[in-house]
Amino acid sequence: MAQTISEKIISRHAGKTVSAGEIAIVNVDGVMATDATAPFAIKAFRAMHGKKLWDATRMSLIIDHASPAPNENVANLHKLMREFAAEMGCRLYDIGEGICHQLMVEDAHVKPGDLFLGADSHTPTYGALGAFAVGVGSTDLAATMLTGRTWLKVPKTIKITLNGQLPTGVTSKDLVLFLIKALGVEGANYQAVEFSGEALHSMTLASRMALANMSSEMGAKTGLVDMTGLALWYPFEPIFADADASYVRELTFDVSALRPQIAKPHSPENVVPIDDVLGQKIQYAFIGSCTNTRLEDLHAAAAVLRDKKIANGVRLIVTAASKRVFNEAMRDGTAAILSEAGASFITSGCGPCVGSHLGVPGNDEVVISSANRNFKGRMGNPNAHIYLASPAVVAAAALAGEIVDL
Amino acid sequence: MKNLIQGMAHAYAVDNLDTDRIIPGKYTKTLDMSALAAHVLEDLDPTFARTVKAGDLLVAGNNFGCGSSREQAPIAIKAAGVAVVIARSFARIFYRNAINIGLPVVEVEQHHIQPGDQLAVDLERGVVSNLTRNERYQATRMPQQMIDILQAGGLVEYLLKYGGYVDLGASDTSNTSKEAA
Repeated sequence: MAQTISEKIISRHAGKTVSAGEIAIVNVDGVMATDATAPFAIKAFRAMHGKKLWDATRMSLIIDHASPAPNENVANLHKLMREFAAEMGCRLYDIGEGICHQLMVEDAHVKPGDLFLGADSHTPTYGALGAFAVGVGSTDLAATMLTGRTWLKVPKTIKITLNGQLPTGVTSKDLVLFLIKALGVEGANYQAVEFSGEALHSMTLASRMALANMSSEMGAKTGLVDMTGLALWYPFEPIFADADASYVRELTFDVSALRPQIAKPHSPENVVPIDDVLGQKIQYAFIGSCTNTRLEDLHAAAAVLRDKKIANGVRLIVTAASKRVFNEAMRDGTAAILSEAGASFITSGCGPCVGSHLGVPGNDEVVISSANRNFKGRMGNPNAHIYLASPAVVAAAALAGEIVDL
Repeated sequence: MKNLIQGMAHAYAVDNLDTDRIIPGKYTKTLDMSALAAHVLEDLDPTFARTVKAGDLLVAGNNFGCGSSREQAPIAIKAAGVAVVIARSFARIFYRNAINIGLPVVEVEQHHIQPGDQLAVDLERGVVSNLTRNERYQATRMPQQMIDILQAGGLVEYLLKYGGYVDLGASDTSNTSKEAA
């Protein structure tokens, strides 16, 4: 029977062939939780009378959401995580190591064909390398920490075919913003999305990650990028959907004339071409988050900011996706270019994206951000306005003090 | 889990009520339930946390709970005393989280519920009765796996009861059941 990528991966982990609509109890290859979700997961694990993890080598805890701790309450939650990791023998990534999703991919804790659960809604990021990766809450994660299994309903799949080649200066971020507008924030609720087509074949892993990452903004359970052209630093066996697999919906776009896209406040589906918001003043530019702050993103920002200074009255905050990314940006001069242009680097982690601990905008201030969400209050102040864009567009806005074309 | 729940509706005609508006990220770094309850829905309705009473019902539009995986969102709602959340549709992680912590969530696509209406919810039959307007609304059926978890009182209680996930044997292929999880 012809299968989608999701049906193939779930079948392998259920020990039987399953198709969309069926409930499956599956073995899970790996789990992770952050300081936003691990404390409740640990609490639930204890309540389940958990004494040891089903497999400590398959679990990671990451301190990235409010890192370093802004106050004693958060510090004590971090301490709880460190003590739990030491007791259980699982991995712990402490402050500054980086953003959970970047670390899972960089250190190959998730690989093509895996079924992975993350207690973070952007876990579908790993669909960039062909893993069926799903975001769950703390109690679901605790149950898998204990049993190594979870239950799920095999999702129907939306197939999105992307033809043509993205124009210069237009990125996978612009593409995914465009697709979120096309589908809507509920457009893929409970479903999987498969991205395919020639526009993706030459795409880097980092660009694929940005695309898969924001499938969660369509409500998707997971977002899988066709593995044609995928380059990894270890051997892997690619998984492809069968040609006659069954899809709930099929959409095709030609991307060759796509303009840079911007999501206006207060929803990631409130997307327009950049041309509609040119001249919008900004006070705060942020390059960070699990969507867009990998080395190629910092390179894109540096290309805009080299030998220039950001505008008076604008602040630019940059947080690299991981310590490894930061160190590479130090070695190749990118960090110096950004810093000399006026950027402030902060600890690798989620940074201001989630409004937990630093970089909060003031009332009526306008933020342009390379992150994934612009909900009201997202960055810690419900009276601020957040625009989402690609890293190069954020850098250009920091330079001009307003949204400008590249 | 109590099957019949009666209470007053706090109804908001709002779609895509995201987890940041249910409980802002700045308040989520805690294990203190009452601290979460104190800020529930703060950026939507600053009076909600003060006016909600134990046993009240929360009603909203499409895609309730979209955004983050934070379980603090349903926890804050439950800790504030809300007995049931009714929405025209739910975002998938929120839906699962709510069931896992034993907060009943009922998907009703068509209804005329207004703020202050008295409602009676029959969880087992999936029927919401609007006592104020003398109307009845049919809810979408949950997958059996979720009914089992909710009836146990949540996923912690389910695992303590069954010792693991219980294989259903015959898979649920019904087209009427929700695209959950």
